[in-house]
Amino acid sequence: MAKYILIESRDPFESNEVPHQYELAASLAREGNTVTLFLVQNGVMPARRSSRSDALARLAKGGVEVLADELSLRERGIGGDRLVAGVAVATIDVVIDQLADGRKAIWH
Amino acid sequence: MEKKKFTLVLMDAPFENARTVSGLRLVDAALRKGHDVTVFAYEGAAALTFARQTPHANAVHGRDAAQEDHPLPREWVAALFAAARAGGQTLDWINCGLCVDERGVGEFIEGARRGSPADLWKAAEASDNTLVLGAK
Repeated sequence: MAKYILIESRDPFESNEVPHQYELAASLAREGNTVTLFLVQNGVMPARRSSRSDALARLAKGGVEVLADELSLRERGIGGDRLVAGVAVATIDVVIDQLADGRKAIWH
Repeated sequence: MEKKKFTLVLMDAPFENARTVSGLRLVDAALRKGHDVTVFAYEGAAALTFARQTPHANAVHGRDAAQEDHPLPREWVAALFAAARAGGQTLDWINCGLCVDERGVGEFIEGARRGSPADLWKAAEASDNTLVLGAK
């Protein structure tokens, strides 16, 4: 099976396309692929427990590795203790490592 | 880690979007990890290396240009070139010539070069991976 990194830069309150990207990650994982969803810029906003963060928790339970960019979190004042379960903090270096690993990459 | 080649495609004009900063952070991360990077800058991103970007003062807050220390994308890119040289990596920054001409931003900082959409294809073909930071 294939490996993917989907990079989400938008907040679901900002763009109605974001849930479609989440569903893409979920469906790829359901098909047995290795999937990372890397949240960056305003994409980290739903990582803070809120009315829109359940979607990320479901992705994590469904086998998607959900990572939130440390700098983006810090810019927005989101501490590690405020993150929804299943979301881990990571640096942007992860994106490079996964590109080096040959993952198919999509930026949204 | 084995050295890889990446192509990064940028579209956003300077000062307009956080994607520019994220794109440059990715270039920085790749160089720090010892990889070579080709950046294909088109549409508004063709102006990121425009040599005539100039800082300004802030009259409202009473700061002169030096005090205001206005950040300029051309300086960020110049710093990436310096980092690549220091680390022995290659940073190839290609501005799409069509986009450069449309915008009149043909004066580049040292290191950036003019190219064409064909260079994007060539770079992607020669790379281990390619990432496009779309503007929409």
